[in-house]
Amino acid sequence: MSQDLNYLKETPSQTAGPYVHIGLAPGAAGFDIYRQELGWDICGPNAKGERIRIEGVVIDGTGSPIKDVLLEAWQANAAGIYSHPEGGGDVEEGFRGWGRVITDFETGEWGFDTVKPGATRGRNVGMQAPHINLWIVARGINVGLNTRIYFDDEMDANAADPVLNLIEWERRRATLIAKRTDRDGQIVYRFDVRMQSEDETVFFDI
Amino acid sequence: MSKPAEFYQRDRERHPPALTPGYKTSVARSPRYALISLQNSVSEVTGPVFGHADIDPIDNDLLSNYAQPDQSPIGERIIIHGRVLDENARPVPNTLVEIWQANAGGRYRHKKDTYLAPIDPNFGGCGRTMTDENGYYYFRTVKPGAYPWRNLVNNWRPAHIHLSIFGSGFAQRLITQLYFEGDPLIHKCPIVNTIPDPDAIAQLIARLDLNATIPLDTIAYKFDIVLRGRRSTLFENRLEGN
Ligand SMILES: [Fe+2]
Repeated sequence: MSQDLNYLKETPSQTAGPYVHIGLAPGAAGFDIYRQELGWDICGPNAKGERIRIEGVVIDGTGSPIKDVLLEAWQANAAGIYSHPEGGGDVEEGFRGWGRVITDFETGEWGFDTVKPGATRGRNVGMQAPHINLWIVARGINVGLNTRIYFDDEMDANAADPVLNLIEWERRRATLIAKRTDRDGQIVYRFDVRMQSEDETVFFDI
Repeated sequence: MSKPAEFYQRDRERHPPALTPGYKTSVARSPRYALISLQNSVSEVTGPVFGHADIDPIDNDLLSNYAQPDQSPIGERIIIHGRVLDENARPVPNTLVEIWQANAGGRYRHKKDTYLAPIDPNFGGCGRTMTDENGYYYFRTVKPGAYPWRNLVNNWRPAHIHLSIFGSGFAQRLITQLYFEGDPLIHKCPIVNTIPDPDAIAQLIARLDLNATIPLDTIAYKFDIVLRGRRSTLFENRLEGN
């Protein structure tokens, strides 16, 4: 026997289940209860930088879109600052950098409007390319999945990004790069998530 | 600027694996490749900050937050209370806790729920609150009913409340479920049994807490939540102790 370290243990995760909307997006479940739902406005009206939209679907192992997913985004502002005491500085009034969206019950499509984030400090050396952290929960997902959205018009920054470079298989890095398109003057990035298949999205243990 | 102090590595042995064939939906919704392990950067040690302006005081009272004036939902009146702590046993103050649940008959107020138990006109089924400076939180609600679900044809969910907790960094983000002491359905549930460690399952079972009941009014269950702990400071090549 030896001394006890006396750390507590993290509470185990359980699936968000099919009715996650009741708790986190009750309007989508079909009722109005709160003065305001949280997470629909990521960046507020005063955020500087390029206004963008990001859209996608989450595809299951059978190749079908998952229609009961909830996704949360976490990002820096255009200057690379997070809205947090350790975020590196001040952000624009109304910028939270956090968003919450659900997939459409019929199509599985999700999308959110934000500003394109700036580069952020890397852990050890250099800078991280502009990216958005994404957290995905749904019925059938036992522990929320973490991934990152990068941008295909940031080739040089992506090539130097310490997290992308940690992925041993270069072709898998492409699963994290959103594709930029111009839709009648609106910039839309496409980011589909694949749970399985040879193009399975890279998920992180963060 | 020093490197961000990391959260302790998540102990995956305490959590369910992604692929748990007993819970059938997980089979097509689980990654096949291994997760790529990342040391935390600023992107993971930070996370959204919420304030009291984001929510209303009534949001934590499911007995009244959807009820008609002078009415209440049907069911056993309960208090769920406890603290949000980290693995260092430090309180996690001012963090957002959100819950959702079925009504006393086991029916969710959700357009996709078709179970034959009735909707309760006085029960919404969701609540939210911020922990206080000591990490303490509480909700008032009714005890949810068990309900059937399609997995095997005769699977029943034990009475449970879903919880979502933030913490101070995005790496602490957690969704889980709370069960009630003494429920014989707990250990028959394929979703509970995605967790391989019996000690970890026990951590999800709220204890009856007679000291916190309101006599002649509301019974209480205590449920503490533990989020990942964090190193105090990380110096080059050396860990500063906690
Ligand atoms: Fe449930």
